[in-house]
Amino acid sequence: MPNPTHRAERVSAPEGSVAFEADVLVIGGGPAGTWAAVGAAERGARVVLADKGFCGTSGATAAAGTGVWYVDPDPALREAAMANREKMGGYLQDRRWMARVLDSTYQHSNRLADWGYPYPVDDRGRSQRNSLQGPEYMRLMRKRTKQAGVTILDHSPALELLVDDDGAVAGASGVRRQKQDRWTVRAKAVVIATGGCAFLSKTLGSNVLTGDGYLMAAEVGAEFSSMEFSNPYAISPAFGSVTKTLFYGWASFTYDDGSVVPGAASKGGRSAIARALLEGPVYARLDKADDEVRRHMRVSQPNFFLPFDRTGIDPFSDRFPVTLRLEGTVRGTGGLRIVDDSCATSVPGLYAAGDAAARELICGGFTGGGSHNAAWAMSSGAWAGQGAADYATQVGSAAGRKLSSAGTLAFRSRPRRAFAPAALTRAVQAEVFPYELNYFREASRLQGALGRLDAAWRDVSEADAAGASDIVQAREAAAMLATARWMYRSALARQESRGMHRRDDFPDQDSRQRHYVTTGGLDEIWTSARPHADASYAEAAE
Amino acid sequence: MIEVVDGERCTSCDICVNVCPTNVFDKTDGIPVIARQGDCQTCFLCELYCPEDALYVSPFADQAQPIDLVALKQTDRMGSYRRAVGWTDETSERRGVDRSYLLFGH
Ligand SMILES: Cc1cc2nc3c(=O)[nH]c(=O)nc-3n(C[C@H](O)[C@H](O)[C@H](O)COP(=O)(O)OP(=O)(O)OC[C@H]3O[C@@H](n4cnc5c(N)ncnc54)[C@H](O)[C@@H]3O)c2cc1C
Ligand code: SF4
Ligand code: SF4
Repeated sequence: MPNPTHRAERVSAPEGSVAFEADVLVIGGGPAGTWAAVGAAERGARVVLADKGFCGTSGATAAAGTGVWYVDPDPALREAAMANREKMGGYLQDRRWMARVLDSTYQHSNRLADWGYPYPVDDRGRSQRNSLQGPEYMRLMRKRTKQAGVTILDHSPALELLVDDDGAVAGASGVRRQKQDRWTVRAKAVVIATGGCAFLSKTLGSNVLTGDGYLMAAEVGAEFSSMEFSNPYAISPAFGSVTKTLFYGWASFTYDDGSVVPGAASKGGRSAIARALLEGPVYARLDKADDEVRRHMRVSQPNFFLPFDRTGIDPFSDRFPVTLRLEGTVRGTGGLRIVDDSCATSVPGLYAAGDAAARELICGGFTGGGSHNAAWAMSSGAWAGQGAADYATQVGSAAGRKLSSAGTLAFRSRPRRAFAPAALTRAVQAEVFPYELNYFREASRLQGALGRLDAAWRDVSEADAAGASDIVQAREAAAMLATARWMYRSALARQESRGMHRRDDFPDQDSRQRHYVTTGGLDEIWTSARPHADASYAEAAE
Repeated sequence: MIEVVDGERCTSCDICVNVCPTNVFDKTDGIPVIARQGDCQTCFLCELYCPEDALYVSPFADQAQPIDLVALKQTDRMGSYRRAVGWTDETSERRGVDRSYLLFGH
């Protein structure tokens, strides 16, 4: 049972700052972060959760809502669910992890029902649990997080981690941007749940997701995995932000002159849309939806229709221009490498959950959007929270530990040049948005982009510390730059096409590359290959 | 992007300042101001949380749009998202009408 008297303690701090002592600090308050906070608190830990925005509205789920990989515990159904996307994922999934996530998602969804989430009931009276409305779900998660005794810091972006003399992670600090002061949390373990990195592309709800947790974790030496699977693009009206793609399954796609774009489809034909967009505008019309489907669409995802209703477009009968917005690791599958069942990273005291962590174990190289990511966020969140709480118990008393700040870029005094976050952000976007660089990859184009990104890194490494007014933007820009470099370095290392990673110069899947690509480093980026679990078993058996 | 804080309807409760994930609004002594419109991510969540239907988010994500507030108020657009998802007391029966399960797997 949660013990509400077990709260993190506010301790004295210098003028202009606040400080807390906790067992577990959770950074990020989306589904992964809130499940982590609840999981840790239920283990008796004193927990602080810090969110860049507002825990309850911030992040991809709150704005978009999610389909959920919820499957009844019937062995045949579970088997089919696991087999279903193995091919698309390039056979990089891990059956044991898929089974654990399905079990845990089932349990967590049942808890949501007990907590009062208004799941719809079908014609046969059965509660349907494979979809969650974002605002409703995250409002409930905020409430449960508070009830579990967690101290929530809203509008409090974390900027850097704290480490002890042995290199173990021992808290973090950041700013409270509506109070114009700083916060520090000393904790025995930290969960990174800052979501993925969508490079400020304005894909729905994702402009808070700039890879901050990746940068902070890399600064203490953490490793990443599957960062080449980081190039999903989502369809939206050209002028809008609503990148919800399910309903485009009922769309036909046309060129300016009204003729059909050959092969274009939301599923399995999105690259045809990207190629057509390289030539000129592309239009969609949801003309394959019958009246009944249209009615279901309206009530199920009201925000899908806001851009249309507010511009006088009838998406079922009018053609409207569409675009593809980059979603990076939000609907990609790369992230911090998980090293055990408790979602620990390769650094002591540091855990990762949700989109901040690699989702290769259940998604392989195919998008986790649509269902798997939501299942992963709740499952990995709870595991990471529990793992961090157990680790904190082992650490015991943390009194007298000497801590230092691990932040690098934007924190170091360099008198020569000012840090210019907006220009850096634009420079990164220019390398990661273009379809010809990121959607359709090829060695010389990737090398060109990497050369420019590496030069930008060297350049910004010489820039001065950012000021109070733009430190958040500076760290975001630095994080996006680092993310782009891990992404493209991994993309170069995978000399084949697999999952969402497409190489023009290696169009086929290569059975000898059924492995994971690990990456890391800041000034120098390295990559290496890790065998897939099946491959190591196969070798052991030989 | 967020375009309107309607001074006539707004009660200065500051909920929007609190819930906007990208910190677009600033508190004032009176009604909040749109201080950083360029940071708006067009997520519509401030509208959802505003108890007075005093906010309007234009669907154009990349460009500001001039809005004629008088004409806008003659439409049913302000607060339409809250009503559609059952966020208000009068529409709360809509909270459980999600029919996504009939649409998945298409
Ligand atoms: C349009 C869209 C539709 C989607 N549909 C589906 C779907 O149908 N099914 C599915 O499974 N998945 C879907 N996804 C993916 C899914 O939304 C994500 O996988 C999920 O939100 C991940 O949860 P999370 O908690 O890891 O991250 P998020 O929900 O993104 O939350 C991350 C949180 O971290 C905070 N944060 C970031 N940086 C910092 C910092 N420096 N300090 C403190 N806090 C920070 C953010 O403010 C945010 O609150 C969709 C994504 C999008 C964009
Ligand atoms: S939430 Fe609505 S009523 Fe409250 S301050 Fe904002 S605009 Fe005004
Ligand atoms: S639409 Fe979203 S980002 Fe824009 S002001 Fe409203 S809550 Fe903030």
